[in-house]
Amino acid sequence: MIDEKANIPFSAALNKHGVKLKRLETHTLQVNVGLLCNQACKHCHLDAGPGRTEVMDGGTMDAVVAYAERSGFKAIDITGGAPELVPGIDAFVQRLARLAPRIIFRSNLSALNEQGQAPLIETLVNNRAVITASFPSINAAQTDNQRGRGIFEKSVAVLQELNNRGYGKADSGLELNLVSNPSGAFLPQGQEHTQKRFRKILHEKYGIVFNSLFAFANVPLGRFRDWLEKSGNLESYIEKLAGSFNPCAVDGLMCRSQVSVSWEGHLYDCDFNLAADLPLGGKKIHVSELEKAPALDSAISVADYCYTCTAGAGFT
Amino acid sequence: METYYDPADLAKFGEIGKDAPELAKKFFDYYGSVFEEGDLTEREKALIGLAVAHAIQCPYCIDAYTNNCLEKGSNLSEMTEAVHVVNAIRGGASLVHGVQMRNIAEKLSM
Repeated sequence: MIDEKANIPFSAALNKHGVKLKRLETHTLQVNVGLLCNQACKHCHLDAGPGRTEVMDGGTMDAVVAYAERSGFKAIDITGGAPELVPGIDAFVQRLARLAPRIIFRSNLSALNEQGQAPLIETLVNNRAVITASFPSINAAQTDNQRGRGIFEKSVAVLQELNNRGYGKADSGLELNLVSNPSGAFLPQGQEHTQKRFRKILHEKYGIVFNSLFAFANVPLGRFRDWLEKSGNLESYIEKLAGSFNPCAVDGLMCRSQVSVSWEGHLYDCDFNLAADLPLGGKKIHVSELEKAPALDSAISVADYCYTCTAGAGFT
Repeated sequence: METYYDPADLAKFGEIGKDAPELAKKFFDYYGSVFEEGDLTEREKALIGLAVAHAIQCPYCIDAYTNNCLEKGSNLSEMTEAVHVVNAIRGGASLVHGVQMRNIAEKLSM
């Protein structure tokens, strides 16, 4: 896992600051529908990409729907890979949208530009799905270096199309959020500043509007970790993350109120524990075996990539 | 290979305060205040810092402000333009003294 000689383990950092990481009420279900993606982004913590065959099948989708029905989540968050590319995703979104007041659909944007996605976009509009879209940088070269040639231009085109459908516009009820992350082994700028700058430049240059922007650091897992190792940045990046540990960020961590389910139906505290195959409660449980959401005060599995979510203002 | 500059020394900047600690504290407090958001954004100040780092050719500053620019949301395109600003002014500062050269040459020449 992570080179620990440079830093104290994350669990020890929590103890040192007298902070306990336990569950609050679990109100969000995050569903990772698989690793298939039309992009192979360098910062991907999952190693998702074209040619990956791990996608959620119909039986697992049924089990996830049943779990959501008996648990009463406030939000369901669909992620991947590129969820757009998963067979049956349209119907799955419609089924889940009936089971929670808020449904979030994570998109890399270029996948929505692929042929045949118009009905899915219609489903997202009709079900008032919140689209949370990856948009790392307002600089085309930085974006394309991270996500693939031409991706910046495609992403802009899709954002303009989503705006035309009402997403991001005031009073439309269609929420469009952006997620920005650094294009390398450095920490992100403060979220407020990034949001202000993106809002100004995207509007001035491309006429694009959005609701909120979230700035996240890259997690040292998957393809990003491989890149960190090959580029000689791993040790210094981990030091940066650990050196920016903010105990105040622990309160708002998403793992405290979220449960993640993988394409195979196994449960995790978050998508990063999923990527590292660190299951909920330390042993693999299938979603069909868990009666309800994980209990209040139950323990959360941690590892040293957790320093990403507690760096600076945190990752909440 | 021994060199005068070791990148690891940048992290030891604070050790300058081991002697004359009060002066070091005044300096670092002032330094921190200079780079806070003001009428200029933190990103703009980082780019200015990067430019000055190249003007004075300080490898510590170039390291620190390259990192800082990226962390404040800048990119290679902006940062390269900043280095060209340095170059333009440094070059221009030499070139403009050519006016003095011309004044003298014209006085001496028939």
